[in-house]
Amino acid sequence: MAASPSPPKLTSSMTTPTPEQRVPFWRNVSFLKWLFQLVVFAIVAAVAIWLYNNFRNNTAESGIPTNFNFLTNPASFDIPGADFAPTERFQNAFVIGVLNTIRVSIVGIILATILGILIGIGRLSKNWVVRKISTVYVEIIRNLPLLVIMTFTFLGVVLQLLPRIENSWTPLDLLVISNRGIGVPWYQDTSGLALFLVLLVGLIGWWLIARWRHRVSDRTGQPSHGGLIGGAFFLLVLVVGWLLLGASFTTPVVDGRQIAGGIRVDPSFFAVLIALVIYTASHIAEIVRGSIQAVPAGQGEAASALALSGFQRLWNVVLPQAMRIAIPPLGNQYLNLIKNSSLGAGFAYFELTNVTQVTVGNGSPAVPAFFLALVFYIALSLITSAFVNLANRRFKLVER
Amino acid sequence: MTTTVAKPSRVTWVRRNLFRTPLDGILTIVFGSLGLYVIFRGVLFVASGFVNGRWQIIDDNLKLLMVGLWPVQNLIRIGVSVAVLALWAGVIGGVIAGRQKRRGTSSIEGLTAMQRASDLTRRFGLVTATLLLLLSLTDTAGPWIMVLSAFVAGVIGRVIGGWIGVRFLPIWVSRLFTVVMVAVPIGVFLYLTSPWLPDPLPAARSSEPSAWPLAEWEGFMFNLTSAAAGIVLSFPIGLLLALGRRSKLRLLQGISIVYIEFVRGAPLYVLLLMANVSLEFFVPEALAPSRVVRAIVTFTLFTAAYIAEIVRGGLQSVPVGQEEAGKALGLTPTKQMRLIVLPQALRNVIPAQIGQFISLFKDTTLAGLALGILDLLAGATAITQQPDFRGQGLIIEALVFVGFLFWVGSFTMSRESQRLEKKLGVGTR
Repeated sequence: MAASPSPPKLTSSMTTPTPEQRVPFWRNVSFLKWLFQLVVFAIVAAVAIWLYNNFRNNTAESGIPTNFNFLTNPASFDIPGADFAPTERFQNAFVIGVLNTIRVSIVGIILATILGILIGIGRLSKNWVVRKISTVYVEIIRNLPLLVIMTFTFLGVVLQLLPRIENSWTPLDLLVISNRGIGVPWYQDTSGLALFLVLLVGLIGWWLIARWRHRVSDRTGQPSHGGLIGGAFFLLVLVVGWLLLGASFTTPVVDGRQIAGGIRVDPSFFAVLIALVIYTASHIAEIVRGSIQAVPAGQGEAASALALSGFQRLWNVVLPQAMRIAIPPLGNQYLNLIKNSSLGAGFAYFELTNVTQVTVGNGSPAVPAFFLALVFYIALSLITSAFVNLANRRFKLVER
Repeated sequence: MTTTVAKPSRVTWVRRNLFRTPLDGILTIVFGSLGLYVIFRGVLFVASGFVNGRWQIIDDNLKLLMVGLWPVQNLIRIGVSVAVLALWAGVIGGVIAGRQKRRGTSSIEGLTAMQRASDLTRRFGLVTATLLLLLSLTDTAGPWIMVLSAFVAGVIGRVIGGWIGVRFLPIWVSRLFTVVMVAVPIGVFLYLTSPWLPDPLPAARSSEPSAWPLAEWEGFMFNLTSAAAGIVLSFPIGLLLALGRRSKLRLLQGISIVYIEFVRGAPLYVLLLMANVSLEFFVPEALAPSRVVRAIVTFTLFTAAYIAEIVRGGLQSVPVGQEEAGKALGLTPTKQMRLIVLPQALRNVIPAQIGQFISLFKDTTLAGLALGILDLLAGATAITQQPDFRGQGLIIEALVFVGFLFWVGSFTMSRESQRLEKKLGVGTR
């Protein structure tokens, strides 16, 4: 034999197979691949169906509803710090829970980012004391469980170190600090909407001015000072808005066993927020440090060669490039913070998980309620990662 | 002119590192005094605790914090198990070291005994000191005997393992060895929880759905072992998910992606709460036994999604040429994966795996809150309500103790992971 018979082709795209050349189906790779997939899918589906059947049978046996009708029942529990009557429906409680989760997450993300960036820069400081303190902070906090930190801020700091309301601390008569909450001066609240509008106008103005100054700076080579002028405009808008809204503010005072006036920061919110910020900042600091180190050293040296000051070098040259590298891992930390806010349920902060727990405790079916909570968390995560991806695409270096 | 650079004097060092500019000087003074104040308060806190007997709460409850409500007459089982596991770990460490010696890749080659000792002290001195601190708090001889026998067993295991490791073994012997090594932890688990041995564990508390296994698995023991069990059990699932996500088979890919993304989007705490109140709806009662098992199952399923992403990163880090080389050798796809891609991929992800283990170790505290398991943290908050200690504000002492133990564990592991990362040359090859 001169040539051995060529091995049978395995793809279906072979040209006009003669009957004896055709691969039997049990040796056809694409068929086998499909079979394998179908078998795996069948197993997964079988497990899912088995679980679902168990669920159906068990709930039917014990007469537990499996639908979401419980959402319209009266909640019959109280939510401290919120405008919520026990006669309202469960669904309103859920909304308040979601809003509280979002509130602590947004404030936490902002504060943790600021603190984390500062500590991350501190770890690379030329100053020995600053460097050591930052390192010790990161190494201690990063290796502690968040729950230990949160237990400490709640049981240790808020309930123990802060004074009772009768002998609360009132520095300068502006603040009221007690374990019933922390009172802060606030403008006379007419409606949250007005404040929101003023803030929105200010922020948009800031952004527009910064853009305009950037253009001018690009054209003329003059320093842009976009942040300074924009910030001044923002403050101006705030002051004007406050004057328009009646130019009044209230300071908190102790009124019997309550804090009257001002705005009251709920003690649980305070404890949960502080713990989340302290913990997440340590992780963000590591990300920032790694990102700054990943910026080529020549960039900083070039900035020094241009006689930029230390701050200018950091702010205009190194940090923008470092933050570009830091965006994806920072996004992960933000997602972690949102998910970690569920621990607030253990410390009387009425966020989504706590509301779900109380709802279930008040006789609602557990499975639909927790399913709803999970869907909310996954939706929050997806929205956040969509924002992070957007930012990443916007700031990513465009390569070839 | 001399060419040697003079070592900067102390004054120069201070000027360079503390008072470079006026702003620098202000920062030094502000943060320096803050740091000194914190150190002063910390030392004062610990010392005054000893003077006022505020650490008594830890001393009195040490057994509860370590092993929970595990019956005293059965503590011997824990001692024996720890010794066996130390022998086991020693053998594994010895085999690895022996193999490295055989291949000439040992990192301790050429170090003097002094250097090795200082290296070991730097790496494990903190853990040893913590262990001695805990031992000094005990009133009975049991823990001392346990630690000493575990130490001796570990050393013996290390010697035996080293002896095995440098030798070429017949294939059936090394297979048998692997089987024995896998069987040991399973055997230890069965021994620990066995109801058939003398002095069986008492029936579980009334709130427990089922007594066996692991009804009374509490204290720091729970945090350590459930994290280890979670990471070990989740590894095969995570590996399969990673392979599924990378596969070209759309259906498998879809299943893997949905699982990974859903689990990663959900908070562990909510999943644990669900395991607590709604698991019995989905599986027969026999499969939803004690709370500890529920916690471990949740940890496993949760961590698997994260492991999958880690392994996927490792798979991506292996150059395509490796797989192609395997193809050129005529290996089947399975063999390409098993013999060429996976070994390199898994080697690259060991540090990230340790990171995941640390994170799970810290997250085991959530089980205490969600499922009512008396783990180290839950135990520490519970003991402040004892009649002897109530109302004295001892929560801070208890939390400092808990935090210290977790910190020592996580810190040591993260240091080891960094060391391994350097040694494996991840990202530099």
